[in-house]
Formats: sequence, structure tokens, C-alpha cells
Amino acid sequence: MHVRPPKNSQSKDFLQMEGIGVLMTCPMFPYLEQELEQRFHLHRLWDFPSRRRFLEAHAGSIRAVVGDTKVGADAELIDALPGLEIVATFSVGLDKIDLGRCGEKGIRVTNTPDVLTDDVADIAIALMLGVLRKVCGCDAFVRSGKWKSGDFGLTAKFSGKSVGIVGLGRIGSAIAKRAEAFGCPISYCSRSEKPHVSYKYYPTAAELARHCRILVVACALTEETRRIVGREVLDALGPEGVLINVGRGAHVDEPELVAALLEGRLGGAGLDVYENEPEAAEELFPMDNVVLLPHVGSDTVETSTAMADLVVANLEAHFAGKPLLTPVI
Amino acid sequence: MTSHPQNDGAPPPLDRRPPPPVLLLRHPTQFSVLDRPLPDTFRFLKPWKSPLPLGDFLSSADARAAEAILTSGMTPVTAEMLRRLPGVRLVVTTSAGLEHIDVAECRRRGIAVADAGDAYSEDVADLAVGLLIDVLRKVSASDRYVRRGSWSGEGEFALGSKLGGKRVGIVGLGRTGLKVAKRLEAFGCAVSYNSRKAKPYVSYPFHSNVCELATNCDALVICCGLNEETHHMITREVLLALGKEGVVVNIGRGSIIDEKEMVQLLVQGELGGAGLDVFENEPNVPEELLALDNVVLSPHRAVFTQESLSDLCDLVIGNLEAFFSNKPLLSPVLDE
Repeated sequence: MHVRPPKNSQSKDFLQMEGIGVLMTCPMFPYLEQELEQRFHLHRLWDFPSRRRFLEAHAGSIRAVVGDTKVGADAELIDALPGLEIVATFSVGLDKIDLGRCGEKGIRVTNTPDVLTDDVADIAIALMLGVLRKVCGCDAFVRSGKWKSGDFGLTAKFSGKSVGIVGLGRIGSAIAKRAEAFGCPISYCSRSEKPHVSYKYYPTAAELARHCRILVVACALTEETRRIVGREVLDALGPEGVLINVGRGAHVDEPELVAALLEGRLGGAGLDVYENEPEAAEELFPMDNVVLLPHVGSDTVETSTAMADLVVANLEAHFAGKPLLTPVI
Repeated sequence: MTSHPQNDGAPPPLDRRPPPPVLLLRHPTQFSVLDRPLPDTFRFLKPWKSPLPLGDFLSSADARAAEAILTSGMTPVTAEMLRRLPGVRLVVTTSAGLEHIDVAECRRRGIAVADAGDAYSEDVADLAVGLLIDVLRKVSASDRYVRRGSWSGEGEFALGSKLGGKRVGIVGLGRTGLKVAKRLEAFGCAVSYNSRKAKPYVSYPFHSNVCELATNCDALVICCGLNEETHHMITREVLLALGKEGVVVNIGRGSIIDEKEMVQLLVQGELGGAGLDVFENEPNVPEELLALDNVVLSPHRAVFTQESLSDLCDLVIGNLEAFFSNKPLLSPVLDE
């Protein structure tokens, strides 16, 4: 269910929120900045030469933090803001927020689920098509003028290939639905088997990788899922296998992945996330069996706007004493 | 032509007669790319091995023995050729398109025609979807951005546009068009179409003219064949109706779109983007397109996957064997 908050809410508390200090951790979306600026007293962390200088000046007045996948709210920041009541992240991922610390201090946390599910699932399929059908490679081939001297080589068919999904949550399910339309048999692994799902379940990522051609990581990043794709899973996928990652860079042992690709032990990879963004596994740049995207999973105008509206609505609800729209804690 | 007395005039089955002569206009690339030999159950006549020019070869006794023609999309089967080969009863093409075959003349002469059937339609549909997502979500453009080091140097890439909820018009709801429609539905697109006539078994909204379709859509996917009616069917007017954010994807034939007009509109910003596997004058691609980030270009290889080519080879052999065993063709071209 998509939660669509009303835009420009006109509650009587609207004007009284002007004085509320909201800290934005990094540039994320100009529209979001504008909306926050209109309603609250917005502080931009990146306007300051250092975090310390910002804290010296304004720590006491901050009641809300708006973070994203690049800069969230770690324990150090949370502890330095005595008036912090709520962290609203411009993402569905929570790995950059110290949830434990927030819980201890009674700080609310909201994220942006559902509104970005479609876009991320679309990118996962785009990566699959990109790797197997070499869509980007073909485009480069034409642009370079090489088509005039010869034809492009063969690519691999996507329709009908088996797809294994690591994490069958909202995004994983949306990926499954799309892949099914291409006739792809679907299997998955998850913390536990899902009762009303017809896809084949495997208890581990390695087992799943042994039984599919395309493995896609779509789960949340937690302690258990850190480096869930390592040497064993990559070996199981093998030289015809393809890895797609729309989760987090930390889900994959990146040095192992790079080695497997360079040595031909893995067939290909489509990546939207990396261990050390915005650095993106440079060794892979010359390869034509990979697609490398700059973490654009939810980067459409439509979705970014919907996410921004959700962040703002959650903050307004909180400061108006109303129920949060998409609370995590 | 021999006929077995027990079959009252029908030709003897394959295993009881000498290999039927098949005129091979050009060695089919699908077989050579896969390193697959042609079957020896047929006697392939190869004009390029003769010192005679094609015209003279067709008059030779050798050629006149031909009972079937195997062609690709590159070599036309004309009325004149058919006139000179009165023994031909079957034309098999390895292509999905038929614009190089005088199908009307084949009908008049009672010659059966077999095409690529369903061998390619999934792969072509997959590429159509791939091109559409790529244009909307700037996949190739942002991949280039990463590879030239701009992500760490210059910051975030531009936002794309969401595929879900887009109204997509399919031009030509045949085998490929239907597969494109089914795939796009799973992404939450609203599908409508234009075709020669409405398809009774289909629930997508039908528009009787392509301009009306474009007016009501955010993207067009060209899936039809090339013929007199569809040549330059996608005019400047149609593309303008699609709008400044509109996207056109072409996996049919280059000449279905007025390419010059399309290029101009893209350069002027009157059309949002294009995903193209085919062009009017392949392998030449308008220079202006090479400078644009909102176009995705493909070198007419929509069908060139290992799997599709292998299926196609099986189909060609299957059609020839079926025909000469007096069985129904696997992929006959039927009257519509």
C-alpha cells in the first residue's frame, strides 16, 4: 500500500513549526530542501567546514535529522544532539542509522518504504537485461563507429532464465513479478520460508546460487546479511552466472567479486551499489559483461518527489503530535 | 519431379527420394555464427559458388531443379525469380520480416512461405523493454558516467523518469508486440495499441490511427513489419503528439520512422528520447544521435542471442523437413 501524504498540509500547527531546527546531513534533492526550508528552520550540515563546528553552533536547537544513504545518523551524531526527537531518512534502507541508540533514547525513526519499490525493481531488471543483452555495450559499439566495420557479437537471452532473489521483501517480490513476465522461473532465500508464496525456497544464498542463473540481492543490510555474497556464493553462481546487486555494497565481498569477474569465474554483474561509494570498482570499467550504475535505484523525479513528500509529512505529523505515516521505531 | 504411385501425386517422403534441391541465396549467418552445418538431407544449390552471375545461374538446369528457396532478410525473392524457377513450391526465410519476399506472387503461384515464427519474438520483446527502461532511467548514460570517473569527480547523476504508470502505445500487436505488452504490464504500464485492425481477443485499448495513439501515450514501441502502409508511418506529427517527454522505441525496421524528422526533434528537444535497434540506412547512424545522452542505440542485433539463433536453425530445418515429408509447416506465413 502506498502512503501518499497530502502536499502543503495546512494544519494550524503549520506556522508554529518555523522555529523547529531540522538538520539535513548532505545534499540529496533540491525539492526536499525547499519543502523543509518552507516549514522549518533548516540547517545544512555541508554548509559548515566540519561536523564539530556545526555542533558547536547549533547542536541544541536540532529536533530532527533528515539523512540518506550517504550520510545518516550514527551514534556520535545522535549523542551530540540533546534535543533530537526524530530521524527521518530519505531512503528505505536503515543501515546508516544507529537504530539501537535511537531506541534507547526514545528517538523516532521514519523511512520511505513502498514509494520506491517499483523504481528499484525496474533497475534490477534493467541491470539483468543490460548484462545479458549487453544493451550498454551495444550502445557504446554504435557510438564508437565500430558498427561500420563489423557486427556486434552474440548476447545471452534473458527470457526464461532462472532468477534467484536474496530477500523476498517488497522489492524482492516486485522483482519476482517483473521477471515472471519474462518467463523466468523464480526462487529465493530469506530468513524464513514465506507461507503464501509459490516460488521455490532455499535456506541459504549459496544453495540458491547453485540453482539459478541470475542472483539478485534485494534484502536489507543487517549484521546477518553483511557479505552474504562471498566466495562460496560466487563459485556456486559460476562462469555462466550473473550477480545483480540493488541492495547495499556491503552485501557483497567486493574484492572477491572483482577477482571472480576478472578471472572469468563469474559470467557477469550488474551493480547499483558498491562498498565504497562513489568509488565504483574501477577494475571493472573495461569489462563488457558488467553494468555499473551510480546508486540510482530510486532516482526518478516521480519517486524522489514522493519520498520527499513522505519525509516532510512524517516530520509534520510528529511535530503536530499526530501518528507517524511510516515509522520504523 | 517424381511422384510415388501410392501417394496419388503427392511427393514421396524425405527418406524415400533423393535430397530435394533447395536454392540457397546466401549462406545463412545463423548457421555460420553457431558453427552449425546445413543438413545433408537437402541438396543446397549455392549460386555464389558458380562462376555465373545470379541471373544466369537462375536460368541454368541446376537452378531450375530447385523445389524450395532458403533466403535471409538480405536477398529478395522477386516475382521474376519465381517465374524462372517453376519447380519451387516453398520459400523459407530466416528473418522475421517479409518485406524482401513477393508474398502476393507466392500466393498466386501456390507457393508456401515459412518465416522465423516465434523463434525471435521473446528476444526482440526483451530488447524493446530493455531499450525503453534504458532511455527512461538513463541506464547507458549513467554507466558511461561511472566508467569515466565522473561519479566520484562530479557528483550525482541526473534523475530519470519512472517506468511504472507510463502509458505505452504498441504499434503493431503481433507476436512481438503482444510479448512487449505482457512484459510492460508487469512494470505497471498502461498499454494501448494501434494495428491494422483491432484484435478481438485482446483487452488493451485500440486506437485506429497511430497519431491518436501517440497523443494518448508517453511512449511508443514500434513492433510492426515494414510494408507500403507502414513506411514512414511515424511522422513528425506523430512524434510531436508524443510530446517533449515522449519516448519512441523501434525494434521493427528503420524506415517505419521518418528518421530525419525524428533526429531533428530529438536535437531540438521536442522529443524526450529514443531507443533504436534499427535505422534507415544501416550500419550508418545519424551523427547527431551519437552526441545525445537521451538516446540508446543498438546495432540491429535484437535476435542475435545464442538461444534465438539456435531455435531459428532448428526451425528452418524443421520447416524444410516437414514440407518435404508432406507435413504442415512449423511457421507458415498465413493470409491475414
